[in-house]
Amino acid sequence: MTTTASTPSSSSDAKKEAFGPVGKVLGELDDRLGIAKGGRSLMDKIFPDHWSFMLGEIALYSFVILLATGVFLTLFYVPSQALVVYHGSYAPLRGQHVTEAFASSVNLSFAVRCGMLMRQMHHWACDIFVGAIVIHMARVFFTGAFRKPRELNYTIGVILLILAIGNGFVGYSLPDDLVSGTGIRIAFSITESVPLVGSYLAFFLFGGNFPGTDIIPRFFVIHVLIIPLIILGLVSAHLFLLVRQKHTQFPGKGRTEKNVVGAPMIPVFAAKATGFLFIVLGVTALLGALAQINPIWLFGPYEASRISYAVQPDWYMGWLDGALRIWPAWQLTAFGHNIPLEVFLPAAVLPGVVFGICLAWPGIERAVTKDNATHNLLDFPRNRPRRTAAGAVMLSFLMMLFIASSTDVLANYFKISLNIVLWAMRILVILVPLLAYPITLRICKELQAVPEGGKRKKPNVVLRSAEGAYTTVPVETRPGDGHHELEAEPVPTFIDLDEDDSTDDTDEGVRRVDR
Amino acid sequence: MSSTHDEQRTPVAITTATAEDPHMQPLARNPERTERIIALMMVLGLAGFVGFGVAYWFNADPWVYGATIGAGAVLLGAGITAWGKYLMPKGPFVEERHDMAGTPEEREAFAAAVVQRGGGVLGRRKLLLGTAGAGLGVFGVVSLFPLIRSLGPLPGKTLTETDWKKGSYLVDQTGRPIKTSDIAVGGVVTVFPKGYQDTENGQAIDQTILIRLSTTDVTTRKGRENWSPAGYVAYSKLCTHLGCPVGLYEQQLQLLVCPCHQSMFNVADGGYPTFGPAPRPLPQLPLYVDGRGYLRARAGYDQPVGPGYWERS
Repeated sequence: MTTTASTPSSSSDAKKEAFGPVGKVLGELDDRLGIAKGGRSLMDKIFPDHWSFMLGEIALYSFVILLATGVFLTLFYVPSQALVVYHGSYAPLRGQHVTEAFASSVNLSFAVRCGMLMRQMHHWACDIFVGAIVIHMARVFFTGAFRKPRELNYTIGVILLILAIGNGFVGYSLPDDLVSGTGIRIAFSITESVPLVGSYLAFFLFGGNFPGTDIIPRFFVIHVLIIPLIILGLVSAHLFLLVRQKHTQFPGKGRTEKNVVGAPMIPVFAAKATGFLFIVLGVTALLGALAQINPIWLFGPYEASRISYAVQPDWYMGWLDGALRIWPAWQLTAFGHNIPLEVFLPAAVLPGVVFGICLAWPGIERAVTKDNATHNLLDFPRNRPRRTAAGAVMLSFLMMLFIASSTDVLANYFKISLNIVLWAMRILVILVPLLAYPITLRICKELQAVPEGGKRKKPNVVLRSAEGAYTTVPVETRPGDGHHELEAEPVPTFIDLDEDDSTDDTDEGVRRVDR
Repeated sequence: MSSTHDEQRTPVAITTATAEDPHMQPLARNPERTERIIALMMVLGLAGFVGFGVAYWFNADPWVYGATIGAGAVLLGAGITAWGKYLMPKGPFVEERHDMAGTPEEREAFAAAVVQRGGGVLGRRKLLLGTAGAGLGVFGVVSLFPLIRSLGPLPGKTLTETDWKKGSYLVDQTGRPIKTSDIAVGGVVTVFPKGYQDTENGQAIDQTILIRLSTTDVTTRKGRENWSPAGYVAYSKLCTHLGCPVGLYEQQLQLLVCPCHQSMFNVADGGYPTFGPAPRPLPQLPLYVDGRGYLRARAGYDQPVGPGYWERS
């Protein structure tokens, strides 16, 4: 194949023959597209092997599942707030006035075969999507993978997280059920809280005062067209940059800033990734089949004057809901104007600050460390105690806000006063991050002091010699443990070279040994 | 590897390996056994997919679809992954990274091209640069007009006014007017001004919660004498925090609780907040009882209902 790359097709027919019809097709394609050189190096592209590198894959595959199930749902969902009388198969709702959006959501769940599965898979895949992005981002942060040259890809990743959260919210608002309708009401009020232009923004977004009849059709377009298109574009850019800049790797035997050690794209990584795509798909399908999520028929249709108890948004909105709950009732009224700080600060400024810090982090760290070098080898988190501690501060802060979104449930469950829970959360949301910093710092320092820290423990075999002397010999725990001890080699071609190939002088023939 | 050589003509090395090369060995200690296990997983996965087809054909219970196809996908996926991990060459393999950065000459040439070609062309015609820039700027601004302004009406008075007027009948959701004899002490009902169904957002804006605190007239706050005849108090049902309906009534403490963020309002004390993030009291609707015993509004709300916004004083 490689010898045909630059020669006219007529002179290389013999060689093409050697690889059969596939070789012929590849040759014809190479004549027109020049795929041989790039195709070969793409097949040889090395993917470093570490469990944490599959977190981004989970996000990618969930996104694929979201696209597939989402397209199915659009075939049945009606984005309209026009009122209809429900006549579907779910008896308790029959005869009720509901919006077409709600009626079609219930119908596609009960009357369309596999509709329930698709809807629940879509919802589960979204929760997994956002979760995988968050954990993937944490991995990138704690290992320093965002450093030069990958700041741009890190930025794209943060924007993808914001878009995923936003589209999740817009998506679960579409069925127009009692819980999601309350969420839309809150979204209107948050938009309204923006100083100076808030009421205008809210009216433009909703096409008038809440609720109106425009928001569901608009959310539909945002959810199925605008944001997915942007996500698709940014995911493509994310993957392109990944290929262009090559993957980072952990330090280890033979791994340097100048190479990548691992498994080639074809066949090893392709097999693992394809298999993993099916695993993610299968787990999502099992969740969609066996774990009920968002049973809108139990919530009932949205009516502006109704509400249900213990209303909570999807998990990724929890931190904002928690912030809204524990923020003090500070409104600012002056000069005939009102700034609802009790809403604007926790619901608009706080996420802006959190994501702003995320986006600014590579710059912040470079300003502090004065490190402008290119990094392809990852840090172990323990070796960068201050960064790790800063990440722990952020994560514990968000976690406390998340817990604060269930103050009422906590008070009920533990049978304690809501007031105590509220004040406990107000204190913990500041105290826990403050404690997280020194504690993490300390743990990192301790871990650094442990020799062989972070490496797999090796059992020792104690041997007694004939004379009675004892010696300790470390042994392999598993067959794969010897794997890392080999020197890394370039990917071989795996094929027999032609006998008449002038460059081939030593090989007695090479066989495919992969299975 | 037993033999490795690079071909000068191509950047991709032509390397060959023997079957005995340790890099080419599978990770599995007993490949035959591993292969059988993987084959079994794949067969079970296949069975899952067949099961899905059968379930679909016979219109099975909804959960069966996901259980069969999900189990099939997990098993097939685990099989393919295991094939890649345990039976394909274990490596490790290596490839070189090439610097992103070009040579100093390339960088200099590129920078020179950008600065001199771009800067030269643009810098020579300052007038054209200015006018083109102004044109693009204005284009950008005016293109936003339809994208923003066409989307909805201006708020006008819709945020400050409700449909409650002097003399409005209090009706329940079905439109039935409320009489003083309708509700027992401790009872709660959501009411609207008569005719609310004919307004666009009436149910959302006008929603009011009517509570009977006692059988005698109540004064919830100084200056609100005569607002609560026969123990009836009426407050806007829109939480002043984020506009959720304040739907929970705690009868013993006479508190209205918002289920969204747990703001609490004391209905015996003018709807003032006692707990939670809501900053303002619920606006109270002054009531009177007409000659036939119907509850009616003495006036509309004296302030905008619902959450705060810039224009709200």
